[in-house]
Amino acid sequence: MKPAHVVWALVALLIVAHQDIWFWDDARLIFGFLPITLAYHAGISLAAAGTWYLATLFCWPVDDAAPSPMTEDRS
Amino acid sequence: MTQLLIIGGYLGLLLLLGIGASRLFRGTSQDYMLASHSIGPFLLLMSIFGTTMTAFALVGSTGESFKEGVGVYGMLASSSGIIHSLCFFLLGVKVWKLGKAHGYRTQVQFFRDRLESRRIGLVLFPVLVGLVIPYLLIGVMASGTVINKVTAGRIAEGKVVGGTFAEGTFPAFLEQGKNPKAPTDPPSFLYGSQGGVPKQLASLAICGIVLIYVFMGGMRGTAWANTFQTLVFMVLGVVTFVVIAWKLGGQDSFWASLQTASAAIPYEKLTRLHIPPEKFLTYMFVPLSVGMFPHLFQHWLTARSASSFKLPVVAHPLFIAIVWVPCVLIGAWATSDLITIPPPVAANPNAVLPFLVQKLAGPVLGGFLTAGILAAIMSSLDSQFLCLGTMFTEDVVQPLRGSRRLSDQHELLVARGFIIAIVALTYGLSLLEPRRVFTLGVWCFSGFSSLFPLILAALYWPRLTKAGAYACVLAAAGSWLWLFSASDFAGNPNFTVNIPVPTAIDADGAWQLMPVAAMIAASTAAIVIVSLLTKPPGQQTIKRFFPSRAD
Repeated sequence: MKPAHVVWALVALLIVAHQDIWFWDDARLIFGFLPITLAYHAGISLAAAGTWYLATLFCWPVDDAAPSPMTEDRS
Repeated sequence: MTQLLIIGGYLGLLLLLGIGASRLFRGTSQDYMLASHSIGPFLLLMSIFGTTMTAFALVGSTGESFKEGVGVYGMLASSSGIIHSLCFFLLGVKVWKLGKAHGYRTQVQFFRDRLESRRIGLVLFPVLVGLVIPYLLIGVMASGTVINKVTAGRIAEGKVVGGTFAEGTFPAFLEQGKNPKAPTDPPSFLYGSQGGVPKQLASLAICGIVLIYVFMGGMRGTAWANTFQTLVFMVLGVVTFVVIAWKLGGQDSFWASLQTASAAIPYEKLTRLHIPPEKFLTYMFVPLSVGMFPHLFQHWLTARSASSFKLPVVAHPLFIAIVWVPCVLIGAWATSDLITIPPPVAANPNAVLPFLVQKLAGPVLGGFLTAGILAAIMSSLDSQFLCLGTMFTEDVVQPLRGSRRLSDQHELLVARGFIIAIVALTYGLSLLEPRRVFTLGVWCFSGFSSLFPLILAALYWPRLTKAGAYACVLAAAGSWLWLFSASDFAGNPNFTVNIPVPTAIDADGAWQLMPVAAMIAASTAAIVIVSLLTKPPGQQTIKRFFPSRAD
């Protein structure tokens, strides 16, 4: 499997993991102060940042060389 | 008065920043509208984040958590962390590449070329502007209300006590208001400014400040101001969290105070039992709106290079967490028995955070937090004003003039003139105080989201045709209007589209979906079906936009 495919699989996993019906009625507090649903979704935010970091490494859609400037500039 | 002085000092700093940025202005329309494609990764991150986060990020997140519980983080924030970065990654980088190669400054210019249709702007321009105006109104009205509330006095025994200004300081039409429960009674100070800066004057001041730095600094001034303002509201959000946690928990250590405050949150606010899972799921479609925000499109075009997008793509979800997690916890704590929220504040959840700050943190932090809230509001307003000026010049005036194009200097003049006109129009509309403007906000976002299939197909689907694009816009507009009227024109804030299902699947006998899900389904079906039934775009267009797919 190519790294880019792994990244897109991770994005799909994030979207599925976001629908956490398993914590719907869970009122536990993590570390005694952080509601578990909030902790879980804060974790989703961290995982999203990590996934997008991998995306910038393995499936960046445009090469870094700037396109020829203003070939058909309207100004 | 302390709060007013801090707010005044903050606005003065902002003006200085705008004037500073104007000294780097190169005098061309390209520089005014796109900062000459010179914005690097850090400024791009801060300006994009500041633009997408409105007043809702601070006061709204606390208010929603107070109303619905901590589940709102998943519904509104973590979903945005995934979807916003997806849009920057999939759409922003490609738009930047095409924009730089072909000199695009607005969405309409891109769609005209991609769809081989000079008239797409006639359909798209009014739809985009129509969706931005209520979004602008939210900012202008919210800024006036926030400044008024933090400088106003409190009501004791039917009188205003401790306001910044005595009755009679301002003309009666500015400081007197009607009792909403008895509209036939004569207006009074008690229902008006209540000793604070009158809302109309506060909104005018905010419009004036934003106008000055957008007028002078253009996109570069806007990017600098957004960066400064984003830092301000992020830092102040965290400081407010620490102070409120400590005061509310009332323990010797910060950690123990955190635990005491959270232990008091009622069970129903810790869970999501009152949020249908299918509503939670379909809320994920709302953040797709960033893909079609015209002001964000313009920000994407300011990037110095494709690499400049990497930092925003990665850091955006983290920034959302930094701002939202503390605010959501504060909102949940406010539902506990550690503090009594007065009924008028509880009836308006957006007032919960200002109330807690005033009660627990004192006037200095109150002043700084107000500056933070205004920062979040203005960092969206500035980009929207600049964008509308650019769109009017590029999408309306220049095409009308045909081959007799405006000179660069005249183009600048028209853009600046239209920005003044749009600020004046927005301010004028805000004086009418449309009551449903905040509910309208979600409808605006849903409208932009329903156009998401258009930008996605334009960038990734060579088979998209002109007719398919028109069908998409019309289906989005038609479904929006139909559902909007079904919601009693935003009169029903809890409106959902209910799909009947067997009770074996859902005990309620229906899935309650956000209206945006139905709109996206309609616009997607229209764009796919009509494109497949009509003549594909010409080889020249395919070669230009999809060089690897051309014959």
